Amino acid sequence: MTNITDLTLVELVNKIKKKDVSSKEITTAYVTRSEKSKKLNAYITDNFENALKKANDFDNNPNYEKKLPGIPIAVKDLFCTKDVKTTAGSKILNNFIPSYESTVTENLWKEGSILLGKLNCDEFAMGSSNETSFFGNVQSPIGKNLVPGGSSGGSASALAAKLTPATIGTDTGGSIRQPASFTGTVGLKPTYGACSRYGIVAFASSLDQAGPMTRNVKDCALLLDVMCSYDIKDSTSVNFKRKNYFKELNNSIKGKKIGIPKEYRVDGMSKEIEDLWQKGINIIKDSGAEVVDISLPNTKYALPAYYIVAPAEASSNLARYDGVKYGFRSEGNNLIEMYENTRSQGFGDEVKRRIMIGTYVLSSGYYDAYYLKAQKVRKLIKNDFDEVYKKVDAILTPSTPSSAFAIGEKSKDPVSMYLNDIFTVPINLAGLPAISIPGGYDKKGYPLGLQIIGKTFDEQNIINIAYSMETQINFKNKIKDWWI
Amino acid sequence: MDLVSKDQNKYSIKRKKNEYEVVIGLEVHAQVLSESKLFSTSSTKFGAEPNTQVSLVDAAFPGMLPVINEFCIKQAVKTGIGLNAKINKKSIFDRKNYFYADLPQGYQISQYKNPIVGEGTVILDLPDGEKSIGIERLHLEQDAGKSIHDIDPQNTFVDLNRSGVALMEIVSKPDLRSLEEVNLYIKKLRSIMKYLGTCDGNMQEGSLRADVNVSVRKKGDQDLGTRCEIKNVNSIKFMQMAIDYEANRQVDILEEGGKIDQETRLFDTKKNETRSMRSKEDAHDYRYFPDPDLLPLEFTDEFINELKKNIPELPDEKKKRFIEKFKLSPYEANILVSDIDTSKYFEAVIKNSDIKLSTNWITGELFALLNEKNLEISKSPISAQNLSKLINLIKNGTISGKIAKSVFEIMAVGDSDPKKIIEEKGLKQQSDPKELEKIVDKVINENQDKVKEFKSGKDKLFGFFVGQVMKISEGKANPQLVNDILKKKLK
Repeated sequence: MTNITDLTLVELVNKIKKKDVSSKEITTAYVTRSEKSKKLNAYITDNFENALKKANDFDNNPNYEKKLPGIPIAVKDLFCTKDVKTTAGSKILNNFIPSYESTVTENLWKEGSILLGKLNCDEFAMGSSNETSFFGNVQSPIGKNLVPGGSSGGSASALAAKLTPATIGTDTGGSIRQPASFTGTVGLKPTYGACSRYGIVAFASSLDQAGPMTRNVKDCALLLDVMCSYDIKDSTSVNFKRKNYFKELNNSIKGKKIGIPKEYRVDGMSKEIEDLWQKGINIIKDSGAEVVDISLPNTKYALPAYYIVAPAEASSNLARYDGVKYGFRSEGNNLIEMYENTRSQGFGDEVKRRIMIGTYVLSSGYYDAYYLKAQKVRKLIKNDFDEVYKKVDAILTPSTPSSAFAIGEKSKDPVSMYLNDIFTVPINLAGLPAISIPGGYDKKGYPLGLQIIGKTFDEQNIINIAYSMETQINFKNKIKDWWI
Repeated sequence: MDLVSKDQNKYSIKRKKNEYEVVIGLEVHAQVLSESKLFSTSSTKFGAEPNTQVSLVDAAFPGMLPVINEFCIKQAVKTGIGLNAKINKKSIFDRKNYFYADLPQGYQISQYKNPIVGEGTVILDLPDGEKSIGIERLHLEQDAGKSIHDIDPQNTFVDLNRSGVALMEIVSKPDLRSLEEVNLYIKKLRSIMKYLGTCDGNMQEGSLRADVNVSVRKKGDQDLGTRCEIKNVNSIKFMQMAIDYEANRQVDILEEGGKIDQETRLFDTKKNETRSMRSKEDAHDYRYFPDPDLLPLEFTDEFINELKKNIPELPDEKKKRFIEKFKLSPYEANILVSDIDTSKYFEAVIKNSDIKLSTNWITGELFALLNEKNLEISKSPISAQNLSKLINLIKNGTISGKIAKSVFEIMAVGDSDPKKIIEEKGLKQQSDPKELEKIVDKVINENQDKVKEFKSGKDKLFGFFVGQVMKISEGKANPQLVNDILKKKLK
């Protein structure tokens, strides 16, 4: 028999339903492998003991009608989990134990899944390499001293290293898709409003979306099914008819029109990325889809607009971490001093940088020039997409402008770090769904991802295209367990 | 609109040669009457133990999101309709960012550029006629919690029960010119909101408070002077004291050749003075921006029309109706409509009773009684039905007005049926002419000397005979009949 941890999520579900394997066996396998993998630093908080107990409970009283029966899953530490410490990768929430559960994780547990632990991430999801976490950087299973990407770096590392059969992340500017691309896994950012934001530590409210991170597209469809729900507790949640993404999964791509945006061919783009993109285009063509050259003229303004809107919202969202009610507090002689001590010691440099940028762009006298203008740009970017979606069904681009880089390589240069999000950020600004799937390798053997961008609430379409491409690409991750 | 010249009772401040006009604008914070808070389901009940009415949203826990309470929205729209104001079909909630211990989110959710209600008017009834006060806007916002500094010498305690309670900020134009106008304006606003059931208007519990903007200018000047804002004043009396102090302070500065600095001030109720809180330069930069957790608020015409349909008759219309239908004087009508409960009481009494008598009894005896006992009319010891009965007993001659006052006093103790009181105490008016004739004869017989004097022209003695008859009848004799009989007998 193959290793339990080598099985995909869907295979595990099928096996447990056929009673080939118990929840306890699965959970034990993942706990054991996770414990042997401490070097990756993927977990902030483990829930192993509790998970094993719950697995036992499941086996004693199984319910195979559930979509994730007895399946252990570790989640990004940005989701509030009842009675389990939730830190958002920050010192300021170092001691915070929620008394409530996020809607998305609640949806997982309702379908029979079991919490395996809380996964490392960039502090408040601000970062592209998982180096801003208060709990230390995460190692990528792809190679020693390689970043797993960010901000869902712990999730991507744990998933690729097989410490969890699947995981969930959040994506504000690429935080699911970029680490998926770096680790040879699948990551989907749903349409804004598809998954509830209730109980997710907020970074930038108008951009944040939770999404599935899995080993293949089929798993992704199943996990999205479970996560996605309309929620009255989130006013931006949209009440549309959600599909049964897993059931309706097929690889029909024939006749579909796929747009190739010329603006994504950025200056200094490496040959490898260029080749990867071409490979994707060829696969689509071979499968009978029609490739259409399109233009998204405002793409070049997306990154600057994003780095105004996201910090602006963050500066306000993070004001609640003041030492008064919960979390870390550093005393002072008066209220102001307490605030200053708490926030200067509780937040890391990247978070402080973004709070300062955000505060600046919202300040009187600067608001019109920055925040308001960025919002106008955002509208233009959305209009670009609306325009091309009159002609095409989906868009294909590379997920990132490069493969994974070394730990420390970019951490001193925020701008070069921000540039990593260049292909993912416009999608968040437009609120659209996009999936990153492994497309191939660079010459060092590091994975590279392809991104398929869809129309609003048209997740099914991009999942199906991804499913079809996945078969053709036939990607295999070359992970050698270097950390064990 | 030339409001100033119409106003005869002008409030002004005189110094040496100059006379100054005082210009006042109010930002009234009215707590929305609602069971739960603006963005959470916590209770808004006043006086609960600290921190017992606080949800995770109110305390701004990580990942918590605001969800609009539709009832509060309807209350604000209704208030807007009551202020004859424009209802904005699209409005936006913004974040007003600042740090304070009793502001858990680190921002207040408010409305900045796009409020729910636009311009409107409030009519004041001044002795010399009506004056209309412009409303600039009404917007919804969250209240903050409460910081308590006097429990512990080192620490501040925070009570979040009030955190997130819905407030309507009603901003007037700088149309008010006197302390009396401020008084009438607040009372009128309160009256309208109580009619609508959108705010209980209770100033003691902080349901109604105001920021007061004051400036002065030389009489005749067209431009407004530099204003100062006095924060958070919670009674009409304090508002008047604060305005009077502040206006005089500003005039003193101008008289000495100085100039007014635009600033925010606090009113010290103990010392009766305003003090600078922060200057314009130190003003907070609130970094307002649309709250990304909330969608813009959008109404259909049907939504607004449905609310309009259910708006009750408001004080101005009611006053008009009372004058036209019941022939009340504007003064009487004003008194009776100013409070919705008073108007209800009045209409209940006049259903079966004489309007003129009812008006006099309610505005006279009943108001005096309520005043003396410091009671609202809703808690009146005499019910409308029983007062109506009493008035009918006067009207049909069963008792005199004088006896009625004694009966009223008894009723005030235990809201009993006036008929019963009259029977039990034997207070029924003597209206039998034969019985009265007997008494009159007795008085005449016993006072022959006075009769002589009367007949010789001392007309004033008539009152003496009436008095004697009343005395013997213990006040029960029907005065009209006594008059008639005496006149006949003394001819």
